[in-house]
Amino acid sequence: MTEPILATHSLQKSFGALMATDDISIDLYPGEIHAVIGPNGAGKSTLIAQICGGLKPDAGRVELLGKDVTLTNTLTRAKAGIGRTFQISALAMEDTVLQNVLLGAVGDIGSPWRFLRPVLNDGSLRSKAADALKRVGLQDHAATRTSDLSHGQRRQLEVAVALTLKPKAFVMDEPMAGLGAEGSKTLTGFLDGLREEAPILLVEHDMDAVFALADRISVLVYGKIIETGTVDQIKSSKAVREAYLGGDA
Amino acid sequence: MSTILIIEQILNGLQSGIMLFLMAAGLTLIFGVMGLINLAHGSLYMIGAFAAAAVAGLTGSFVLALIAAMAAAAIAGVLVEMLVIRRLYATDHLDQVLATFALILIFSEGTRWVFGSFPLFLDIPDYLSGPVTLPGGIQYPFYRLVLICVGLLVAAGLGLLITRTRIGIQIRAGENDREMIAALGVDISKLYTLVFALGAALAGLAGALVGAIQSVQVGMGEPVLILAFVVIVIGGIGSIKGALIGALLVGLTDTLGGVFLPQLFKLFMEPSAAQSSGSALASMAIYILMGAVLIWRPTGLFGARP
Amino acid sequence: MIRERTLNGLVLVLLLAVPLWAMFNDQPFTITLATRAVIFALAAVGLNIALGLGGLVSLGHAAFFGIGGYAMGILAHHAQTYTPVMELPFLIEGTKSMPVIWLVAMVTSGIAAFLIGILSLRTAGVYFIMITLAFGQMFYFFSISWAAYGGEDGLLIYVRNDFPGLNTLVPINFFAICFTILCLVLLLNGLLARSPFGLALNAARQAPQRVQTVGLDPQRLKLVAFVISGVITGLAGALFADLNRFVSPTMFSWQMSGEIMIFIILGGNARLCGPVVGAVVFVMLEHFLGGLSEYWHIYLGALLLLVVLFARGGLVGLIAGREVAHD
Repeated sequence: MTEPILATHSLQKSFGALMATDDISIDLYPGEIHAVIGPNGAGKSTLIAQICGGLKPDAGRVELLGKDVTLTNTLTRAKAGIGRTFQISALAMEDTVLQNVLLGAVGDIGSPWRFLRPVLNDGSLRSKAADALKRVGLQDHAATRTSDLSHGQRRQLEVAVALTLKPKAFVMDEPMAGLGAEGSKTLTGFLDGLREEAPILLVEHDMDAVFALADRISVLVYGKIIETGTVDQIKSSKAVREAYLGGDA
Repeated sequence: MSTILIIEQILNGLQSGIMLFLMAAGLTLIFGVMGLINLAHGSLYMIGAFAAAAVAGLTGSFVLALIAAMAAAAIAGVLVEMLVIRRLYATDHLDQVLATFALILIFSEGTRWVFGSFPLFLDIPDYLSGPVTLPGGIQYPFYRLVLICVGLLVAAGLGLLITRTRIGIQIRAGENDREMIAALGVDISKLYTLVFALGAALAGLAGALVGAIQSVQVGMGEPVLILAFVVIVIGGIGSIKGALIGALLVGLTDTLGGVFLPQLFKLFMEPSAAQSSGSALASMAIYILMGAVLIWRPTGLFGARP
Repeated sequence: MIRERTLNGLVLVLLLAVPLWAMFNDQPFTITLATRAVIFALAAVGLNIALGLGGLVSLGHAAFFGIGGYAMGILAHHAQTYTPVMELPFLIEGTKSMPVIWLVAMVTSGIAAFLIGILSLRTAGVYFIMITLAFGQMFYFFSISWAAYGGEDGLLIYVRNDFPGLNTLVPINFFAICFTILCLVLLLNGLLARSPFGLALNAARQAPQRVQTVGLDPQRLKLVAFVISGVITGLAGALFADLNRFVSPTMFSWQMSGEIMIFIILGGNARLCGPVVGAVVFVMLEHFLGGLSEYWHIYLGALLLLVVLFARGGLVGLIAGREVAHD
């Protein structure tokens, strides 16, 4: 049995009386897309923050490639191999698309302490960036200012930046948010091919995308995972019906 | 070094601290509610002092002078808010710093143009001057005691305003979520102008009160402004309680440090070296205090936790 | 971008041409003015590395300007009075050699910037602004109370310091030294902005979370930028003190901090030559307007207000247009 790339064990987090994360254990195996779905307010963002490093859990463990990373910060986890995309784009808006991806390339080197040689003169940085842009299909927009990009294109850029770091696992926070039908389809197709490169923990609301992509789905309700299973299992699960549709659906 | 001296200095520290509170309270409200950093607050302090000196000179009444100080500062505040500050709410801190710095230049040189470069004098009225005998036989200037009392009254008044009145609720809500209260129908524009005017009036009052013990001159506001910033950093932005405690801490540290550090150094240094090293260290004492608070609590003692 | 580059070149050529013209027309005061502009420009370029690239609104940069000035003042003072700076634990003599003074100025400002930076960068936003302002004040009050070096009256240095191979008393020579330094620093600034460090710093200013998720530390980037910035402004301070042969606590004042920022904003803070243009404009205003009215600060304030409210890109922004994202 292969080891999970990413796993949480009995993660717990409360904010006062609110139990935002209640004994959550999920894992992510190589080659899979594991979707986490749930109604609003279920605690998805809190969970992501604990996995990626912005929030310390009250109890439980987060493991990446078997190593305990629970107490490490975002930086360390990024270097260890977590590639994250944000629900609300966190990109350098004044910079060009290329500059944003180059940031990823610089991060991949691990050290920004190069002061004199222009980034653009560095062949390896440029090619890493160009490759990432090509993979997401943004190569023609390299010189565009990020603030001029459409919403869907910014999503693609986020993925491109994550790609430059060759992460061991992707954690994506609602990448479909705000995309129209067309954009959703394109991104879905892209993510489908991405899973071979690194497994994806996909937190999503867009059910079409989830049912099309997910190998496994975990349903998060009021901080607890009420069910984990394949698409078919979840679709026919009584517990999930009750959670979404109420008692007598 | 007698107990009398110590008590005197503590009282002095409280007095300078409480006056600092008047500045800091306005600043912290303005920042807390409007998210605006206002460097021109020192100019409002100065305007208050000049207005008081002018009116006192004309009418001989200290009370009228104080009222004039608050009114002049408030009016200046309202004008500035409507003409300039309003355009800055949506901008970033750098723009606010630069624009309010420009206001300092305009106000300072403008005042110098109107009143000249020489300091004006504002006298403590006869009924407030002279020493008063405190329990224990200590003689202390009556006026400074009055300042302490006025300051504490203002602090209490502000506290009541914030916690017990409608405006206070709007202010507190505005600190947390200004878009929300706008959506709920609160006239944000009026609220902001009101808060700014309130802060300005407090600054003007402080300027007039302190102007009677120091002198009234151009540029008197900025050192106080910067000290008020230190107070806010120590106390935490947006917190009146923090402003009060921070101000008292700063006032006490500054006064007591200036007197006692040289004395302390005299214990193991020769007198002249002790005096100069002591005063040099005393001049840095407040900033060392600020640094220490920051290491422990980066958002101040009562500021919002990150 | 081509237009901006042309503008940059034009500015530098003008900055060189004016004092040369003055030299041939025997107007040494104009050369002094030009030197003043160059030194202010250097201080502003320094601040701009922290402010423009790093987004750090430091209202206390006069601290470094003053440290550089006092480094020069203290060393030269001891040299001209033939007393050592300190005897225990080891002997340090004064010196009037510019290169040595510059080195001391840069190292001490760098150390100060590191310490101030470490404390101040624990905070952000408005706290950072207030703290840097406060630290500037700390140095100001300290220098006033430091009687050994003149206190409020400052220190007078009788003769300009020495530079190997040049007679530094000749105005054009000292101008040349300062101008060369400015050009070198501008070159460095340009390279820095395009380097991986510059890219990461710029991103840290706009999206620090993003920088973290690519495995880089935005705090460390900002600290390094702050130190570099302090070092350059410190060097400018040493040159300024040398120009005036005088150093006093006013070099530490909040007004000085504000002025350095004004140079940047008048010219345009995201531009390479913005600080230079701003410094030149300021010195010209100071000279011409100041000659007309002793209340010229009112006009400076009004101009600054107009620029901030309506011409945010500064003069360079007005002339060269919207900044094109660099290739």
